[in-house]
Amino acid sequence: MSQMNMIQAINSAHLLMMEKDPSVVVLGEDVGYFGGVFRCTDGLQKKFGEHRVIDAPIAEGGIISTAIGMGVNGLRPVAEIQFADYIYPGFDQIVSELSRLRYRSGGEFFSPVTIRTPCGGGIRGGQTHSQSPEGIFSHISGIKTVMPSNPYDAKGLLISAIESDDPVIFFEPKRIYNGPFDGDPDKPGVSWSTHPMGEVPKGYYNVPLGKAAVVEEGDELTIICYGTIVHVAQAATRLTGVRAEIIDVRTLFPLDIDTLKKSVEKTGRCLVAHEATRFCGYGAELVSSVQQECFWHLEAPIERVTGWDTPYPHAFEWKYFPGQQRIAAGIRKVMEAG
Amino acid sequence: MTQKPYLHIPRPTARPGEVPDFSYLKLSDAGAVDRPPVTEKAKNIEYLSHQLVRVLDEQHEAKGPWDPSLDEAALVKALRYMVLTRAYDDRMQRVQRQGKISFYIQSLGEEAISIGQGLALAPDDMLFPSYRNQGLYILRGTRLVDMMCQCLSNTGDMCKGRQMPIMYQNRDKNIFSISGNLATQFPQAVGWAMGSAIKGEKHIAASWVGDGSTSEADFHYALTFAAVYQPPVILNVVNNQWAISTFQGFAGGERRPFAARGVGLGIPGIRVDGNDLLAVYAVTCWAAERARNGHGPTLIEHVTYRGGAHSTSDDPSRYRPKDEWAAFPLGDPMDRLIQHLIKLGHWSDENQTALEQETKTIVDDAWKEAVSFGTMSEPPFLDAQLMFEDVFKEMPDHLKRQRDELLALTGDTP
Repeated sequence: MSQMNMIQAINSAHLLMMEKDPSVVVLGEDVGYFGGVFRCTDGLQKKFGEHRVIDAPIAEGGIISTAIGMGVNGLRPVAEIQFADYIYPGFDQIVSELSRLRYRSGGEFFSPVTIRTPCGGGIRGGQTHSQSPEGIFSHISGIKTVMPSNPYDAKGLLISAIESDDPVIFFEPKRIYNGPFDGDPDKPGVSWSTHPMGEVPKGYYNVPLGKAAVVEEGDELTIICYGTIVHVAQAATRLTGVRAEIIDVRTLFPLDIDTLKKSVEKTGRCLVAHEATRFCGYGAELVSSVQQECFWHLEAPIERVTGWDTPYPHAFEWKYFPGQQRIAAGIRKVMEAG
Repeated sequence: MTQKPYLHIPRPTARPGEVPDFSYLKLSDAGAVDRPPVTEKAKNIEYLSHQLVRVLDEQHEAKGPWDPSLDEAALVKALRYMVLTRAYDDRMQRVQRQGKISFYIQSLGEEAISIGQGLALAPDDMLFPSYRNQGLYILRGTRLVDMMCQCLSNTGDMCKGRQMPIMYQNRDKNIFSISGNLATQFPQAVGWAMGSAIKGEKHIAASWVGDGSTSEADFHYALTFAAVYQPPVILNVVNNQWAISTFQGFAGGERRPFAARGVGLGIPGIRVDGNDLLAVYAVTCWAAERARNGHGPTLIEHVTYRGGAHSTSDDPSRYRPKDEWAAFPLGDPMDRLIQHLIKLGHWSDENQTALEQETKTIVDDAWKEAVSFGTMSEPPFLDAQLMFEDVFKEMPDHLKRQRDELLALTGDTP
């Protein structure tokens, strides 16, 4: 085992998979010589060469479409989109091509592309460097969506994503690249070395896609969340003193409904939290699924805490971010109801 | 004098009831365009994007440095596949009119492109076609029955009932799946070719879009990535003058030839007479040799004319003169090849009649076999469970549940 932050863990997953499988190639803006603007692909080009770690033109649609073609030709591309906010030029290629190729061709063709992209706010990124579009992509049939909340999961899930013959979009909450963040921007940053999930094996392992993790056990309330909000929810729980079971879904699609069901059947109360906007957000699917599976066990309406339905504002970042106080208020509301 | 900004709205040279006018097409004489060595640098061969490579002249003789000197067998083979493609199209167009299939797209007048290029490329070269390249599938030996079954969405459908008619694929023959979204295949072909170069293989990729689709961002992604990485790819623009109802001026064709879009990026662009099978074959061989030997991509513009409607859902008499194709200066590609073969003494009207009869029989027989796999209104029907397969490699639980929900309603069993 060794200490890794999320960037190092993601880098390690690349390194291992590129060593293990010569068909794995990496492409994206600034990923090669420079090693990525967040350093996730640092050192890979030096080790594996310019033909396997490819600096790409600033054309996200071109990156995704050429990755699809490489995948059809037997390679296993890992494409980095520098910010999730920039993914939209590639939207048609993801939605109409990548996610449906196997289906439309009756199973003859597929392209095992993994798209990695940093997402989420809390880094003073304003409305063009803070978005969380995971709900948009989880809505698409034929593609899997993942968002880790810690270095251990990031490495294990990325390895599973690269190994998957289905396309995967791997969202990286950039606020927690360097350390867990409990939602209080005024506190000094902490590093992953203080967190048990910062202990990451150097070698190969995987975390299977489609399996949620119970981060904290509890019997009074189930909090369903993912990414940065996992840590915020833990802090908010401590503010309220409620014995909450915190579930990190990790893989947004396919959703591990069984783990959610088991927990809500036990606690009878549920709160869903994410950073993305609320309306038609991923949380709506979580609420609906839990309601459908656990209605007769629920003692209160399911509560949702999310980003507001506005773009992510630069000046009001912490009023937008669903921080500890908002989640704590949501917890109190769901505990007081019924 | 005061000048004001001017919004230019492109207008075709003739609308219904007007006299067709192709004076805007710049033509070169057969044999008049130089053929550079395949090693020539892009900057030295920019003339190829403005002139028009032609081999067959008005007397139906092959002329000049681009003459590929195909032998009789090769020429007859090319004609045979063009005739077969047209016979297939004719039949499928008619069965659509009879309501047997929901939709169809002919390649009438553009057959020389798929057949000429298909013949010039190696079987291991990967093709990323557009929806009007059925000739590629036919030439590479996709069974007509299989293509018909795809159009019928029946129990023999290669796409398992998931795609509209004409969206074929053939992995065994190295032809990609056709998308309904335009130009998406263009940068995918570039990526495939990059993969070929990464793996150190000699296989090249080729892809096709129409003049209208050059407006899509994907066209520009393809050209940019092709220019940057110099992968072994042939990018074809089939300029058939019409994108449904908008003429090629709405894709910017009034200003510069589509072939010239390669020039700005340092990619050789060649403008070729798309109705001249020999010229199409020759420029494709040139581009393929270039690609295969590490000299990078080529953009080919095929100047042709869409002889039929865009699709069976279209009525071109509402937006272009009915006799426009007859006035097209580059003629009908099939007739031109026939006349060339006759001129060489290799062909006759009798041979042609016999070939047309033979291909009609092949198509008729294929249709009879295809409908034995069912039609949209006659059994056997596809199993609706197929709807839930191939979304992922393995069916996720929620899809199994949705499948079972459907089966419970229909009374079927998994």
